[in-house]
Amino acid sequence: MKLTSEFRNSKLAGGLLDQIRRHSRRHVRLMEFCGGHTVTVFRYGIRKLLPSTISMVSGPGCPICVTANADLDKAIALAHIPGVIITTFGDMMKIPGSNSSLQEAKGEGADVRMVYSTMDALAIAAENPSKSVVFLGIGFETTAPTVAASIIQAENLGLKNYHVLSLLKVCPPVIHALLDSGQVQLQGLICPGHVSAVTGFLAWEFIAREYGIPCLVSGFEPLDILQAIACLVAQIEKGEAHVESAYRRAVRPEGNIWAQNLLKQVFEPASANWRAIGAVPDSGLKIRKEYAQYDAQTKFEIKTAPPLEPKGCRCGDILRGVKTPADCPLFGNVCAPQSAVGPCMVSSEGTCHAYYLYGDPSD
Amino acid sequence: MPITFMETPVTDKILLAHGSGGRLAYDLIENGFLKPLHNPLLAKLDDSAVFDIGGRLAFTTDSYVVSPIFFPGGDIGKLSVCGTVNDLSMCGATPLYLSVAFIIEEGFSKNDLEKIVESIRRAAKEADVTIVTGDTKVVNRGCADRLFINTAGIGLIPAGVNISGGNARPGDRIIISGPIGDHAIAVLGRREGLSFSTSLASDCAPLNGLVAAMLEVSRDIHCLRDPTRGGLATTLNELARQSQVGIRIEEDSIPIRDEVFGACEMLGLDPLYLACEGRLIAIVPLEVAYAMLAVMRRHPYGKAAAIIGEVEAKHSGTVVMKTTMGSTRIVDMLVGEALPRIC
Repeated sequence: MKLTSEFRNSKLAGGLLDQIRRHSRRHVRLMEFCGGHTVTVFRYGIRKLLPSTISMVSGPGCPICVTANADLDKAIALAHIPGVIITTFGDMMKIPGSNSSLQEAKGEGADVRMVYSTMDALAIAAENPSKSVVFLGIGFETTAPTVAASIIQAENLGLKNYHVLSLLKVCPPVIHALLDSGQVQLQGLICPGHVSAVTGFLAWEFIAREYGIPCLVSGFEPLDILQAIACLVAQIEKGEAHVESAYRRAVRPEGNIWAQNLLKQVFEPASANWRAIGAVPDSGLKIRKEYAQYDAQTKFEIKTAPPLEPKGCRCGDILRGVKTPADCPLFGNVCAPQSAVGPCMVSSEGTCHAYYLYGDPSD
Repeated sequence: MPITFMETPVTDKILLAHGSGGRLAYDLIENGFLKPLHNPLLAKLDDSAVFDIGGRLAFTTDSYVVSPIFFPGGDIGKLSVCGTVNDLSMCGATPLYLSVAFIIEEGFSKNDLEKIVESIRRAAKEADVTIVTGDTKVVNRGCADRLFINTAGIGLIPAGVNISGGNARPGDRIIISGPIGDHAIAVLGRREGLSFSTSLASDCAPLNGLVAAMLEVSRDIHCLRDPTRGGLATTLNELARQSQVGIRIEEDSIPIRDEVFGACEMLGLDPLYLACEGRLIAIVPLEVAYAMLAVMRRHPYGKAAAIIGEVEAKHSGTVVMKTTMGSTRIVDMLVGEALPRIC
């Protein structure tokens, strides 16, 4: 089976859309938590294909967007420490902190390198024994195991110049926080696909149980999303709320136990700072004491000024699903990808970026 | 909703993104070069300048900084000839003479230089152009990354040919000469720190033969452009703006190889923004579109040519795409830096 074409089959999509249109009666608001889902929804124009009974709102599932300015400032400050090589996934380069970005730091002479894997960062550390190589650990449960693996591998290789700035986050606690805030009313949740591949889809069971909200784990192809919406509509119309997976080719109920154990070995839960949401208990992954020598936070004295938030930027409300980019006065004129004010416009999985890039030609 | 773009740069430093062929590059060209150096020939922003000195001449230049310098399907030498030949061809010119200038980093392998020069010779032979002048500079270690090449070229434009990015008209059809993104993925696959195995070769090729065959079908070709940096999406946006027309394409009709699609899925790239070095986009009147397509498909560099959309009067300056799901969405220019130094 070709994953790239068959999950984009327009005939099958038409069948699922018919099913959604036939069954949808109640007016509902569904959230796609994950930025990857947001991109699929916009890239294929899915919102416009749905009946008027269904409105969709994007959630905070873009790890870059939810990174707090204070944490970004730390990464940029680290980049300016002589002898430090920053290694990072490409998306982080352009994200504006309080005053600058890694891309600008690079332009000013800092050694910032884009990598596609933590193992590439290790290779850079091995090739540059006189330098300190810091990997920016940004991401959710999907990326976190690869960061954990890099720390264990650094230990195996005896690499003493490899460090991680862990800004890693886990998803279930923040959904808890969002729903508890009462700011956003949802009738259905599309749960992240690759996060669930690690956590297992049972990790979302509490949402159905405690909040009565149906949960569907989805893949990232347009047919995956449509199937998830069709299943959500079916549950909603029947008055049910439970967790289902529409991504069985990747997600097991219990998840990836091996990856979960790796996370437990290297990290411990800690409070993490989410942009616009604030400190959420147990939503962060802190490097355990046993691995402290790999922790950039203990290795370096990182000095930053108090963080500044961009004026007028509504990324926070957008991340919480309370507002859409169309509600933001900066969107599209002051804030555009090449002159982004907030991170949601810069990250390729950011809600504002998806709105801007794939926007509705009929608007 | 109306979208306007900031003209002022947000940083006082040149970023890699300024060279990516995307929006920042566009701003730099518009405000940094075009304004201070303004003249009517430069302002046309076509792939070559076209002027009359007793015959209509096309003149162009391009610099090549690709890394790595050897990649599947080509090297920096072949690229430097094909790129300039193609820039001339995109104005309908018959490329004639090229200059080649080398900026070499101290310590560069002589053996590699010989290979590259041989590749330049072969590409020039295939494109039937003559290298008539050149220059060599060697710089201190660290002052250049191994080897940079600049080429310039001139060509003659046959009578009756008037091809420009500003000539697209509503009703015209849009043809792409082959699958997109092969070059970018072939180069990326060999990039240090990002090696993945792919059987793909770069599409790097001189397109003057293909263009000559197309001009035999009809001289009434409105626009030609090779989708290099910024890819198909950015090039179509440039054409939509230059011609002040709307462009509608169909996702299902765009040729993309499975290997390219797969690599894009893995790396989080959009094939619409990937550079090609041996493909062209032609915008032609409906009346000649299908005859043109048939001739292109008989040419070795146009075998997989396809009509991918049409020019519209509405939504001027914008490219929209009918997605495989049957919905429509905007296709914007490349923003920022996608893949540095692939050409």
